[in-house]
Amino acid sequence: MSILVNKSTRLLVQGITGGEGTFHTKQMLEYGTNVVAGVTPGKGGLSYKGTDKDPFAREVPVFNTVAAAVAATKANTSVIFVPAAFAADAIIEAADAGIAVIVCITEGVPTKDMLTAYDHVTRTGARLIGPNCPGIISPGQCKVGIMPGFIHKKGNVGVISRSGTLTYEAVGQLTERGIGQSTCIGIGGDPVIGTRFIDALQLFNDDPDTIGVIMIGEIGGSAEEEAAAYVKKHMKKPVVGFIAGRTAPPGRRMGHAGAIISGGKGTAQEKMDAMRKAGITVVESPALLGETMAKALGKRSRTSTGKGAPKTTKRTAKKSATKAIPKKSARKPARKKK
Amino acid sequence: MKVHEYQAKDILRKFGVALPEGQMAFSVDDAVRAAQNLGGSVWVVKAQIHAGGRGKGGGVKVARSLDEVRTYASQILGMRLVTHQTGPEGRIVKRLLIEQGISIARELYIGITLDRASSRNTVMASTEGGMEIEKVAAETPEKILKEFVDRGAGFRPYQARALAFGLGLTGDAFKNGVKFLQSLYKAYEAMDCSLAEINPLVVTTDGSVLALDAKMNFDDNALDRHPELAPLRDLDEEDPLEVEASKANLNYIKLDGNVGCMVNGAGLAMGTMDIIKLAGGEPANFLDVGGGANAQTVEAGFKIILADKNVRAVLINIFGGIVRCDRVATGVVEAARKVKVEIPVVVRLAGTNAELAGEILAASGMNFLVARSLKDAADKVTEAIA
Repeated sequence: MSILVNKSTRLLVQGITGGEGTFHTKQMLEYGTNVVAGVTPGKGGLSYKGTDKDPFAREVPVFNTVAAAVAATKANTSVIFVPAAFAADAIIEAADAGIAVIVCITEGVPTKDMLTAYDHVTRTGARLIGPNCPGIISPGQCKVGIMPGFIHKKGNVGVISRSGTLTYEAVGQLTERGIGQSTCIGIGGDPVIGTRFIDALQLFNDDPDTIGVIMIGEIGGSAEEEAAAYVKKHMKKPVVGFIAGRTAPPGRRMGHAGAIISGGKGTAQEKMDAMRKAGITVVESPALLGETMAKALGKRSRTSTGKGAPKTTKRTAKKSATKAIPKKSARKPARKKK
Repeated sequence: MKVHEYQAKDILRKFGVALPEGQMAFSVDDAVRAAQNLGGSVWVVKAQIHAGGRGKGGGVKVARSLDEVRTYASQILGMRLVTHQTGPEGRIVKRLLIEQGISIARELYIGITLDRASSRNTVMASTEGGMEIEKVAAETPEKILKEFVDRGAGFRPYQARALAFGLGLTGDAFKNGVKFLQSLYKAYEAMDCSLAEINPLVVTTDGSVLALDAKMNFDDNALDRHPELAPLRDLDEEDPLEVEASKANLNYIKLDGNVGCMVNGAGLAMGTMDIIKLAGGEPANFLDVGGGANAQTVEAGFKIILADKNVRAVLINIFGGIVRCDRVATGVVEAARKVKVEIPVVVRLAGTNAELAGEILAASGMNFLVARSLKDAADKVTEAIA
């Protein structure tokens, strides 16, 4: 299984006829994502087949509004590629049309607009991912975003990250070791985002097919500390973490609008300390993410099946996971005994 | 984006925020003329740099005669002002603000910023004005009052009253304080601020409530809809290499280390800096070339990195997703030829077409240190600077 997106995802692309929208729709179709509709105001009625440079594998119907697209195609998930000035409106339109999962790729959305969109989405009950994120992928099932599909492998490790390419780095290290991923989610680098670490961790905790989670944070804010508190209290699966930006100077915005140490708060050290205290295995170098996850899983699969680590994946994963679910309380000991 | 105090005050005045009268000056003569125009018998001469703590560093002086205005203005203009926010290198003062002196009864603090934990704007007030607010927050957090602003309802009058009561304001000062808070919030919201901070906010002996200092930061993502802010940018306050980089659309921040780096993506760029440090080096910069790493961006990146004379090695780390590594490799080879790089360059290209990229680098006949993984890259950097 996976979280948030899967085989039954019916995807709508907002801004499908734009350059970015076209390019990535082509890629998503090729990955096997069920793209059911596109929205570009004024281009409703078009059956879009991409451009000469980026031809689609099949045509996608385009609508003027999200509501019309949902009525006609039963789209349940949306991905947004519209320019920054219109992104918040696109999020609100999707939420009002009843879209359950809204993924906003757009970078550079003004914070004020996001505050309004966040507030609206929270009240309508939709789930927003992003903005300024690579999106979400459940390998082998569905890709909603701009990540390179081929580096992923179907499996049982969840990945959550504030950064795009650093997520690819972690995924690459996992896949190289034969460790697949259940779902990888880029939550975005902005100060106001829809889904946070804590939300994603909760989903992975409840997903029977996820047996471990990699969490990649960065300086700024306190989302990692909040996540650490959750892990300490509730997490039943091993978490490996990294915080980017130990060498970042205070007061400087490190690329991401949200990556800034201000008033002495939001330093990497604080975050790493909080995570370690919560039982998260924090690596000093991002080069060690895959290796460390392999070790964490190795310990577990050895005790449950007697087999070595890197093979991990489905069988051993499912076993330990299904056992883990009914017993909500104790984590390792319950599993170790059998 | 940051602006000077006098610029922030010009903006706040338009929103009805109460302020002392003042004029900015580029020269000593300007400063004296400004004091004459303002009238009165006491003036404050204030250094204008993009950093707090100016008073402690000797950048703010009270003058009791026009001669003193002249003396202080000539002392402060051109001085290297070091504060807890400038770093040890400080900033050269090139602009002054001359303000009328006022008789202060109390010094308070007001700040508005985004609370990321709740995704709401937060209006903060404290009786501990004039101090480093970070210190107050760390040592006596109970002395910072907070009101969270609901997006739909906005900053309510009752919230402004609650803060004003909390600050112990009474009579005219209470009324003025409530009005001040509301005007400040209006400015914060309308101008897409990421921070509006008044420290100190002063209550005068006659019950006026005035912003003695003012700091405003603006959301970079919203600058397009505030064209009036563009002329307020002061390039003297920015590192020349960073200005150069921003012209080439590169996200570059200069640091003090010896290993330059060029990376795609902000998170990976920070991670790469961390790796350099773990490898025994010190990162010389943050540089995110973004999604479109091609020959032009790589060339611009090289030029900027190499303009920093401390740099002894360069690490290029690109994870090609949508970006194809072979194209990046071609760009690196072209750029390195053009720019004549004479220090070791470690190149790590992963993802789409990484193998092809390795062949291109190897075939170039240039002395690249090609790394297979992030770890390998770190090791090669260590070797290069050893």
